[in-house]
Amino acid sequence: MAETDKKTATKDPGRRPPAALDHSSESAIVTRRSFFSWLSFGWLAFIAATGGFFTMMLRFFFPNVLFEPEQTFRAGFPDDYVKGEVDLRWKDKFGVWMVRNDEGIYALSTVCTHLGCTPNWLSNERKFKCPCHGSGFQASGINFEGPAPRPLERYRIVLADDGQIIVDKTRKFQQEKGQWSDPEAFLKV
Amino acid sequence: MEAFKDLVNTFSSPTILFTVTLASFFFIFPPSDWFDKWHRRLGLYLLWTKKGFIIITIGMLGFFIVGLGDANFRSIVLKPDNVPISGLIFLLFFFTWLSMRQAYRNDERMEAGEKPDEYYEPPNDKALVWPDLVYVEFISLILFSAFLMVWSVGLPAPIEEPANPTESPNPAKAPWYFLGLQELLVYFDPWLAGVVFPSLIIVGLMAIPFLDRNPEGSGYYSYKNRKFAIAMFMFGWLILWNMLIIVGTFLRGPNWNFFGPFEYWDIHKLEPLTNINLSEFVFVKWLQTGLPDNILIREMWGFVVLGIYFVILPPLLAKTLLKRFYDNLGSFRYAIFVVLLLTTILLPIKMYLRWIFNLKYIIAIPEYFFNI
Repeated sequence: MAETDKKTATKDPGRRPPAALDHSSESAIVTRRSFFSWLSFGWLAFIAATGGFFTMMLRFFFPNVLFEPEQTFRAGFPDDYVKGEVDLRWKDKFGVWMVRNDEGIYALSTVCTHLGCTPNWLSNERKFKCPCHGSGFQASGINFEGPAPRPLERYRIVLADDGQIIVDKTRKFQQEKGQWSDPEAFLKV
Repeated sequence: MEAFKDLVNTFSSPTILFTVTLASFFFIFPPSDWFDKWHRRLGLYLLWTKKGFIIITIGMLGFFIVGLGDANFRSIVLKPDNVPISGLIFLLFFFTWLSMRQAYRNDERMEAGEKPDEYYEPPNDKALVWPDLVYVEFISLILFSAFLMVWSVGLPAPIEEPANPTESPNPAKAPWYFLGLQELLVYFDPWLAGVVFPSLIIVGLMAIPFLDRNPEGSGYYSYKNRKFAIAMFMFGWLILWNMLIIVGTFLRGPNWNFFGPFEYWDIHKLEPLTNINLSEFVFVKWLQTGLPDNILIREMWGFVVLGIYFVILPPLLAKTLLKRFYDNLGSFRYAIFVVLLLTTILLPIKMYLRWIFNLKYIIAIPEYFFNI
């Protein structure tokens, strides 16, 4: 029954096609010229909308507020630091441990070289121990325990004209690249 | 009591715990006929009966109840973060038991020539979505929401002090579902444990239907016809995922040291863990020549070891232990299968090497962030 209905529906000349397909309707004449202008208008609107959307998305990649602690700071005079001690006073503010040994002072980064947690200085065991995966570092920054693949980084450390120490975090020295022998990686006192 | 606690603490040391677990695992989930023979002979199949369920559950409950008398155990188990993990232990056993019991019952039914338990005669083998399925889902939804509300009121969220990039909590633990990965990060370089292994887990899970084309056991529980598949999956799921989560929750303490469940979390617990790379073992300890300057020569032995493991071993296994799989799968799918299998086995191997020999990395090229 349905089969025959279909056949007659298409072949019967007396029946009009549904309104949406009725090209002969006078109200919806679209000429070739106006079709293209509508098409370009549509595309332009589409590009503008997506362009605006992507601009907004791109904007998200840039922070509204910048947390940029100073990268260079004055760390007092060499005599402020006790020989053989790891000094924690700049840890919270600048992320730096100052270590003084018999020959001088160096500034260690507080970022674990495994996955970037902040290790703790255990003064009894004389080692830095990371609470995240158990990496251990000696006071020199050399890694000897756990998964950390390389030693802690040291920062540039120099003396200012007034005799104060300047720690510059924009320059790092990595032991595995042989950079600790650089004169600016270690302040001889 | 103290003797019991000491015993549990000793047993919880990773070497003993993992050795006992690994040694018994394949007798509980036998991957081959030989293991199955012993599985039956040792009576381990009784685990998947009602009696087994009652005994194990009472044993675990008893352990927790007795353990709660200990202050150290209490502080770990009742920490709001860790309560779900205690629950997870019971749920994990319950669901494993449920499916294994169903599988064993089906095995018996099919041996007796019957259809599996899940089989229904054709007009009855379908369920209506509305109302049958939706009704059940709706009830679970309501019950679960109610449960979640009671939980969130009863156990306050463990909120800590404001975040501070220079102050990591000690121990700093990942969310519980990542504790297994965090445990792996102790033994592997971040790019391996954090990127390659998780990707391999996902890719490996996706590869399962292409590697395991055994039509038996499809649509119903069964063990006998898919011993190896189930045993290997259970190994990855129970040991390498869940057991590592449980270890990370209950046995990892300050400074990421191992602690027994009844041991006081002493920040100053001293564990000598001086780690050595394979290159240092070979050149410094055995040959006593000092490390060569050339990176490739220095790490030569690590490449040789891993080369043997991943290149020489697969064809050897194809001819011997895994011959059946090679014949079934063909060389291409066998290659994928064996690489996934060997990588899975590499994880416990590396953990043991760390625990026993303090081996840090097999290949250690920190200059280019390449450590294995």
